[in-house]
Amino acid sequence: MNNVATLESAHDPAVSESTGILRLQGLITGLQGFIWAAYKMMRFLLLFSRQGKLRLQKWFTPLTDREKKKVIRDMMMLVLARPPRSCNFLQWRDLKIVYKRYASLYFCAGLEDKDNELLALEVLHRYVELLDKYFGNVCELDIIFNFEKAYFILDEFLMGGEILETSKLAVGVSMEEADTLQETMEEYMSKPAY
Amino acid sequence: MECVRMIASPRYSEKRVGYLGAMMLLDEKQDASLLITNSIKNDLSNSNQYIQSLALCTLACMGSAEMCRDLAPEIDRLLRASNSYIKKKAALCAVHIVRKVHDLGELFTKAARSLLTEKNHGVVHGAVVLITELCERNSETLERFRKTVPDLVQIMKGLVISGYSPDHDVAGISDPFLQVRILRLLRILGRNNEAASDAMNDLLAQVATNTDSTKTVGNAVLYETVLTVLDIKSESGLRVLAVNILGRFLLNNDRNIRYIAMTSLQKIVGTDHNAVQRHRGTIVDCLKDQDASVKRRALELSLALVSASNIRSMMKELLSFLSSCPPELRSQTASGIFNAAERYAPSQRWHIDTILHVLTTAGGDVRDETVPNLIQLITNTSELHCYTVHKLYRALLSDISQQPLVQVACWCIGEYGDLLLTGECQETEPVQVTEDYVLDVLETVLQSHMSSPSTRGFALTATMKLSTRITENVDRIRSIVSIYGSCIDVELQQRRSPLWRIYCFSLDFKLKLILDQSNKLT
Repeated sequence: MNNVATLESAHDPAVSESTGILRLQGLITGLQGFIWAAYKMMRFLLLFSRQGKLRLQKWFTPLTDREKKKVIRDMMMLVLARPPRSCNFLQWRDLKIVYKRYASLYFCAGLEDKDNELLALEVLHRYVELLDKYFGNVCELDIIFNFEKAYFILDEFLMGGEILETSKLAVGVSMEEADTLQETMEEYMSKPAY
Repeated sequence: MECVRMIASPRYSEKRVGYLGAMMLLDEKQDASLLITNSIKNDLSNSNQYIQSLALCTLACMGSAEMCRDLAPEIDRLLRASNSYIKKKAALCAVHIVRKVHDLGELFTKAARSLLTEKNHGVVHGAVVLITELCERNSETLERFRKTVPDLVQIMKGLVISGYSPDHDVAGISDPFLQVRILRLLRILGRNNEAASDAMNDLLAQVATNTDSTKTVGNAVLYETVLTVLDIKSESGLRVLAVNILGRFLLNNDRNIRYIAMTSLQKIVGTDHNAVQRHRGTIVDCLKDQDASVKRRALELSLALVSASNIRSMMKELLSFLSSCPPELRSQTASGIFNAAERYAPSQRWHIDTILHVLTTAGGDVRDETVPNLIQLITNTSELHCYTVHKLYRALLSDISQQPLVQVACWCIGEYGDLLLTGECQETEPVQVTEDYVLDVLETVLQSHMSSPSTRGFALTATMKLSTRITENVDRIRSIVSIYGSCIDVELQQRRSPLWRIYCFSLDFKLKLILDQSNKLT
């Protein structure tokens, strides 16, 4: 069992895990097929394991399936090949890639040229903290079996490639309330109607 | 289709999963996305804020241009009159709409302005992002929003000097995400505008000096501040402060910080060249860093910093870097060195030495035009012909695998072989070279499997040219040429035939003239 309990302690600037900043500049061409996307903070966010298994993918730009697969393949290839203690930022095509390893999972984000790489590191870290708070000592298995919750948390934190909520507590509260609503509705709907 | 069904369901749990499915599986280009437009519309007016938020989120994720046009008024309504939870989501949804359909920006301008005054950080953040987006698209809007600079400064000040707020605190910095966003907006507003830049001067100085730089988050804010200072019309004291911060970053142990420092310095090396020169030593040291990303940045920056005054020391560093650099950076380094050498070479001999050094170290990675360029250079440096041909001969003796080097060497020997054979040269130690040795070398090149066809062409031409310059081994030359005359390679044959015929007439003077002329064609 991959225990990602060391998520918090793994975040140490001195350790310098690798993060790649990927900056995607889309051009409409038949060959590449990437769409010209407006300036966003983030183009995509990927989570994958050391063995190359994709656990989460969030795309903030419309891409075809083929393009997505290409990006995923390239990201895995680039990031998994990086030695430990390297710089967390990479250049891939026109993109800045920021990646960071938390125990067995790599969090990889694609950014634009204008974006602040260091802040992206903080964004990744904040997302990990949110997951940790919600699942309680989150590990990779939590994300595998409850991936929809991971997406819901992400959707409370980021939207359209931008940060939605800067407060940790607020995200937690929204998730709780939404979950309660879900249960309440289920109970309500499953009550036998006499 | 299942998604569409689930989205339409009245149960929240089904809606939630349905919308998630839509975001993951559908995108705006698919027809199925149109089917959910109606559901989104209905859900936007739902009394429950969580259902509204699902709709907003999905729209912001995969809303097509038509959907955006359709629902924009709804979003505007939500921006004005709802609770902060919905407002912040509506703000980012509006951002997406503006990105998709630029004209709709007008619709949101008023609402965006009023959102700045809210207390909720999420809402303010959304408002700042929206305003940034509007200003980037439309210069009139930008003019209008310049008036908000004092308000933004006020908000920043509040964040910087406020006490500890557990809600938004990250390692001692209060809401760094919002701070960075505001700084970015200030950058856009202050660009090319004196008044706005003045208004934010104090604030930027305050942030630059007071932010704690021991953790990444503090450095993120400082980084954004530096970028802002360098981009607006800031006063010189502030600029110096900013460059000094970058200098401090360069000395940081953390590789990430050094990487971004170099990235930023690259942007200002054109405008603030002297300021960046002060940090040249550190930058050159970064060439020796283990990390490939850092090396790349250091290389680009080092090449930009080469100047007439530091050319010798910089070139030493660059050449040693070339011998140990990762393969993907080799060709960039080589061309950078050539450009620098061409612009700032202190002497001809140094120039030729440098080029030869590059060719011996990374000959396989140089561009094709290097060879003719070098030949041109050598031709023009008549006083160094003797020196050059000796050096090249020696290089050829040790290694014939680097094609550009071999080509230039062969050409040189063919051209100045007589200087080689006389053995005397002031600039290097004399070496005993007989005609046999020279022909040995050329023959080795011709026979070697490492030589490309064009290299063989060079060698053959050189051999033939030597026939006019040497006296004893004419027969040997004839035999070499005849062997390669029957060679399969067409170009080689072509090269051989006309010269062979001329050769056979054996009129030395005429030969020399013609050979010299054909020499210029190669």
